[in-house]
Amino acid sequence: MSAKNTHISDVLVIGAGLAAERSAIECASAGLNVIILSLVPPRRSHSTAAQGGMQASLGNIAMGKGDNPEIHFADTVKGSDWGCDQEVAKLFCETVPSMIRQLDFWGVPWNRVTAGKKKYASGIETEDTKDKEGLITARDFGGVAKWRCCYTSDGTGHTVQFVVDTQVCKLGIPVHDRMEAIALIHDGETCYGCVARDLRNGELNVYLAKSTIIGTGGAGRIYAASTNAVINEGTGGAIALATGVVPLGNMEAIQFHPTGMPPVYILMTEGARGDGGYLLDKNMHRFMPDYEPKKKELASRDVVSRRMVQHIRAGYGVTSKYSTQQHLWLDIRHLGRQWVWKNLREIATIATNFNGIDPAKELVPVIPTQHYTMGGIRTNKDGAAYGLKGLFAMGEAACWDLHGFNRLGGNSLAETVTAGYICGKQVAKYTLGATQNFNMKMVEGFVKKEEERIKNLISGKNGRENVYEIRDAMGTAMMDHVHIFRTGKSLEQGVAKLQELYRRSLKIGLRSSGQGANPELAQALRMPGMVRTALCVAYGALTRTESRGSHFREDYPKRDDVNWLKRTLAYWKEGADLPTLDYEPVACPILPPGDRGYGEASAGPKGK
Amino acid sequence: MGRQLTISCFRYNPNIPGDKPRMQDYKLEEYEGMTLFVALNDIREKLDPTLMFDFVCRAAICGSCAMLINGRPRLACKTMTRTLPSRFTVMPLPVFKLIGDLSVDTGTWFRDLQVRAEAWIHTNKKFDFNALEVRMDNKIAEDIYDPEQCIECGCCVANCITANIRPDFIGSTGINRLYRFLIDPRDERTDAEYYEVIGNEDGTFGCVGLMACDDMCPKEIPLQENLAYVRRKMAAAGLKLTFQGVKIS
Repeated sequence: MSAKNTHISDVLVIGAGLAAERSAIECASAGLNVIILSLVPPRRSHSTAAQGGMQASLGNIAMGKGDNPEIHFADTVKGSDWGCDQEVAKLFCETVPSMIRQLDFWGVPWNRVTAGKKKYASGIETEDTKDKEGLITARDFGGVAKWRCCYTSDGTGHTVQFVVDTQVCKLGIPVHDRMEAIALIHDGETCYGCVARDLRNGELNVYLAKSTIIGTGGAGRIYAASTNAVINEGTGGAIALATGVVPLGNMEAIQFHPTGMPPVYILMTEGARGDGGYLLDKNMHRFMPDYEPKKKELASRDVVSRRMVQHIRAGYGVTSKYSTQQHLWLDIRHLGRQWVWKNLREIATIATNFNGIDPAKELVPVIPTQHYTMGGIRTNKDGAAYGLKGLFAMGEAACWDLHGFNRLGGNSLAETVTAGYICGKQVAKYTLGATQNFNMKMVEGFVKKEEERIKNLISGKNGRENVYEIRDAMGTAMMDHVHIFRTGKSLEQGVAKLQELYRRSLKIGLRSSGQGANPELAQALRMPGMVRTALCVAYGALTRTESRGSHFREDYPKRDDVNWLKRTLAYWKEGADLPTLDYEPVACPILPPGDRGYGEASAGPKGK
Repeated sequence: MGRQLTISCFRYNPNIPGDKPRMQDYKLEEYEGMTLFVALNDIREKLDPTLMFDFVCRAAICGSCAMLINGRPRLACKTMTRTLPSRFTVMPLPVFKLIGDLSVDTGTWFRDLQVRAEAWIHTNKKFDFNALEVRMDNKIAEDIYDPEQCIECGCCVANCITANIRPDFIGSTGINRLYRFLIDPRDERTDAEYYEVIGNEDGTFGCVGLMACDDMCPKEIPLQENLAYVRRKMAAAGLKLTFQGVKIS
């Protein structure tokens, strides 16, 4: 075996979700030759599963009146628990309104403002005036001062991905789907592209480019239970980490969404609570106002998730046929059948399909579930990765650092297209000034190394470990030791388990022949990278002796701005079985650290 | 203890020289709430690591996992095994190129469709970064969202007689896609321009009206209604062009 095909382009985009496609559009529009490669066809990307909407301060709806990028910025920084890059957040908040309007221009059927007096389920009464009628509307979301989450029913990610993909089709950008990048090609200073495995036939391909963009999404599947699609295994970050010179930033910052639906942990959108839904306990008591009198169910996600687990621990969890663990209820019955099946249709369908529940008349079981990777490939504000020239990253795969230690709902979908636009422009600029000069001997070396890995997996030269057993054990270790509530002792155990699993992952041997587009081989090739990613999360969490945003240490329950106003950078040195951690300061030039206005620091723990 | 299930799977890997299409039985124990997503992954991880199939979202959002389940095209992820007899078959969707076992290449088929049908907003306007959005009635936005919900799973295509015998037929998914742009005020194409793209046997006039697509849509999009709308529009556009003396091929 050797590389079947070599593809040369100006820009190589790995991934075809929203951040990846939006950046590809920017590069192709600058006249560059772009190739997109992706695990799946673009319209099957996980971006399509985003339900609730995109945050942008359009201020069209009455409840968003007076909104502007400064208020959006303040919400984002507070949400991040002062962990985000404020320059990036400012740029993002200022750019996102025009991104929403551009998506509208391209065809997204955003829901619109209708004029008239309204009475919402929460009891709020407002009037939308004629002068705003027909402009893009918005719904409420967690951790925000104004209603600014623009939406199309609860299928926002779907409509945005489909529309952005129409532009990729129109521009004629080639998409090589079912093609998985398995290693970056680099010389320690510059990235030259990647080695990819064709998931149609198993053949290796080489992609060479002046610039390589990674937009492969999050790593949720390192946890046994996640709202993420099964393809979200953090492969983009893992191949960057494997270079030894590119760090992953803030991997310990993992978001747990308050409302995953057991037993399959599919997401029930935050829009359900944004539109007035409640959380109830086993006594049918609406408990969130007891903990968070101001924001109630709409505090930031990290806070609501912790309050839920706290409430379950206090003995108020529900035992039911839907889950082996205790859960709570999401109640949207009072929104009315028409609202539920019009504006929350996606989740109503999911509840019906998977649990036989009609949420217009029944309660939906929910439990906080891994949802989002705030960390990722560390980049500067142009999307350029630390460590390698010509390598860029965007969206959930990146730590551009819009989200710090907790992302606001509706800010990730908004980030994908906004980062794709802002950073895509910078990639184009860089690429137009770059020259292409490949050392084919070096390229061949990378291909050989991957061939060798495949050969050894098939022959069982390094061992006969079962890939699925290791994956399951990793998922369980992350659930047991690196979840919502963390302690030093448990994290130490988690790190030790993961280190052992990492050593075993290097000894995987296939049970099948590995021929053609063999799925066991695909999983086996990813496995060491997945465990390395999991170790970056666990070890980063063990080392960070404070609580910030979603990273909550029971043994260090306070945010520590004196010692920990800094970003974790995790590197993986060759031959190591733990990441090497480094830190860089987080500057707060615009909004100095303060009180979020919700969460444990603002309202003491109580509960009934 | 759950039922003992026997899942009879279509097997064929075209990349393995000498491999032959066949059915293979797998036995496993059913449990509460089991979907075909869970069952097929159990087979791959515990019984046969070579079995090929596609799942992405496992929530009926991404359209990856359509297959013939006891002969009917359905999304495997949301199919509960309890709705099936204890022995049932799973086969790949017809029409689409087989990749292996239950995995078919819907991606290439749908990409080709988008490009052929020029399924994007056609406008001569330029986007102005500083302008407000153009106003739209919320009802129109909702009407566009309805057909836009298509997840391109291919169930309607697999169940369509015309698509099975005519490889270039765009299917009701393609016609629904064009319907979505036809009703969108942002698209400036005239009916005559649409006619050029779909006013033919590979487009809206290829349908023979068996309505098998409509029954199969997992998103319950009213495909036949949308098709009828497009067909009326295209018939009118065709007549108009004939009266204007334009030769219609």
